[in-house]
Amino acid sequence: MEPPGYSSSGMDFKQIWGTFRRKPSAMLGLAILLSVVFIAIFAPWVAPYNPDDSVDVKFEDLLAPPDGEHLLGRDDVGKDVLSQLIYGARISLLVGFVTSFMSMFIGTVVGLVAGYYGGRVDNLLMRIVDFLLVIPSLPLMLVIISVWGRGLDKTILIIALLYWTYMARLVRSQVLSIKERQFILRARAIGASPLRIIARHIFPQVLPLIIAQAVLDISTSILAESSLSFLGLGDPTLVSWGMMLNFAFERAISRMAWWFLLPPGIAIVLVSLSLVLIGTALEEIVNPRLKTHHLFDPRNMVALLTGVGKTKVEERTE
Amino acid sequence: MTILQVRNLSIDYLAADGAVLHAVDDVGFDLEQGRSLGLVGESGCGKTTTMLGLLRLLPAEGRIISGEVRYQDTDLLRVSEREMRKYRWSKISLVFQGAMNALNPVRKVGDQIAEVILLHKTVTDKGEANERVGELLELVGITSEMARQYPHQYSGGMRQRAMIAMALACSPDILIADEPTTALDVMIQAQILDLLQNLQKELELSIVMVTHNLGVVAEICDDVLVMYGGKTAEYASVDVIYNEPLHPYTQRLLQAFPDVDSPASSLASIPGHPPPLDALPPGCRFEPRCHCREGICAVENPPLVMVKPGHYVACHMVGD
Repeated sequence: MEPPGYSSSGMDFKQIWGTFRRKPSAMLGLAILLSVVFIAIFAPWVAPYNPDDSVDVKFEDLLAPPDGEHLLGRDDVGKDVLSQLIYGARISLLVGFVTSFMSMFIGTVVGLVAGYYGGRVDNLLMRIVDFLLVIPSLPLMLVIISVWGRGLDKTILIIALLYWTYMARLVRSQVLSIKERQFILRARAIGASPLRIIARHIFPQVLPLIIAQAVLDISTSILAESSLSFLGLGDPTLVSWGMMLNFAFERAISRMAWWFLLPPGIAIVLVSLSLVLIGTALEEIVNPRLKTHHLFDPRNMVALLTGVGKTKVEERTE
Repeated sequence: MTILQVRNLSIDYLAADGAVLHAVDDVGFDLEQGRSLGLVGESGCGKTTTMLGLLRLLPAEGRIISGEVRYQDTDLLRVSEREMRKYRWSKISLVFQGAMNALNPVRKVGDQIAEVILLHKTVTDKGEANERVGELLELVGITSEMARQYPHQYSGGMRQRAMIAMALACSPDILIADEPTTALDVMIQAQILDLLQNLQKELELSIVMVTHNLGVVAEICDDVLVMYGGKTAEYASVDVIYNEPLHPYTQRLLQAFPDVDSPASSLASIPGHPPPLDALPPGCRFEPRCHCREGICAVENPPLVMVKPGHYVACHMVGD
């Protein structure tokens, strides 16, 4: 048996899960993410009120602070903030997952093709990637949306079209090394077509890494959507967390209604954090090059360089 | 019947700095049905390049400059890439050097063999393919249940056997074995060679055996092609090569082989190294290391001449 973590290629998902569950940070991330997903899916049952409900609002209900009935208070038109937050999870997660899936698809295809065929194809595709990486993406998104118009579908599409580049580079670099291995030559020798070699022999080897990166991309996408919504370029009819921040910033901050501003911000941070925890843990497991050498432990480095604290190193090794 | 005819095969590599390296220069041989040819030479003399060239599997830097690879009546160097894929494995299969790396580590061995069968439509039904995989594994002495295991669960010798089973999957006419026994211990080596010999008899296979082990050649080959620096040094039947070698390189190679009768005596070696491809000597490529060189050797490349029917030598000191 190869030791776990020996190489990304020799691992199946059972092995990855085995290592994953032993990382507390990763499990914490998974727990947070799963609870948010659960809340988003069962929003109609979890949410105490309908977030659009604002009939029979009295004047003192507007921006009412949290109380027993409305745990996170009310917004400027008297709607329940907690319910908005719960329904907002649906939009934010939807954008995150769909966008990351789309950019994963584009990035993977581009990376596989560029890496396997090399030469001119590679050059062309990678120059497109460079081009997209060089342009600051947020201003570009702002320009595109102001020209193209607002809408959830457009937001998703624009984020996906601008965020696949890192995935493409990652996949390409992996393919470059895998395609030089002998079993690829053997696959060519059995008469397999390039398409078959890519799909059957190269793709499965890169898949774990793709998934790790895609998880990290979800949080990037959620943040991007929140930024766009906060700047007022989201779909105004769908209340995502970013949109809540936008409303709160415009209408509630002057009245110190922190209960409207903080919850969506904290929710975004929590979900991003959970995804980053999961993603980096996965990446560490499937990409052994990220593992640091035991000598890179700063305590050991100091001990090695100065000779001071030598006893500490010895203690630790015992 | 001659099943594979290779004529004037020359292969160049384009180096990154634009230099052209002649890796294989004007190599040719005939392979008869049911017989085996040994391709012998030091590391880096173009053996593997020649074999990859036959199947047009050279790395991107490799170029086939000239030559003909005639399988039955088709010149494999002239057919389209799509056409070529049909010949690969179903007619000519390849056992790689170091089977560890030639198997995909993340797929079950049985599935990889089945892929070959289904790809060439030897059978089309998946269940039937799996049955055939079982038969093939049994043929090379692996129990068919092992088909469900991954390459890392196999021992080195088993991987090599599995590779041979895969090579036989489409009943090819020609099996190219590129150093099939390197990295295996002597016992397993002997088993693999026995296996190859038995299979050859049973299936009427023609084998090209690429090796630098002269003992292996003596055991299973009918003809021998000795390569040096990308060129043919000597080409003859195995008896002729062992009993009356004419090329100085062949002679020195055979002397370098340990003698069973006097195991204590020190081994003869050939001083120097094979020429690097970017600094080939202007004359005979073996000239700098040759013990019987003369003036002409450093200037002119010796042509390959037939000294007797079926015995070819490229040396100025032989023949006239």
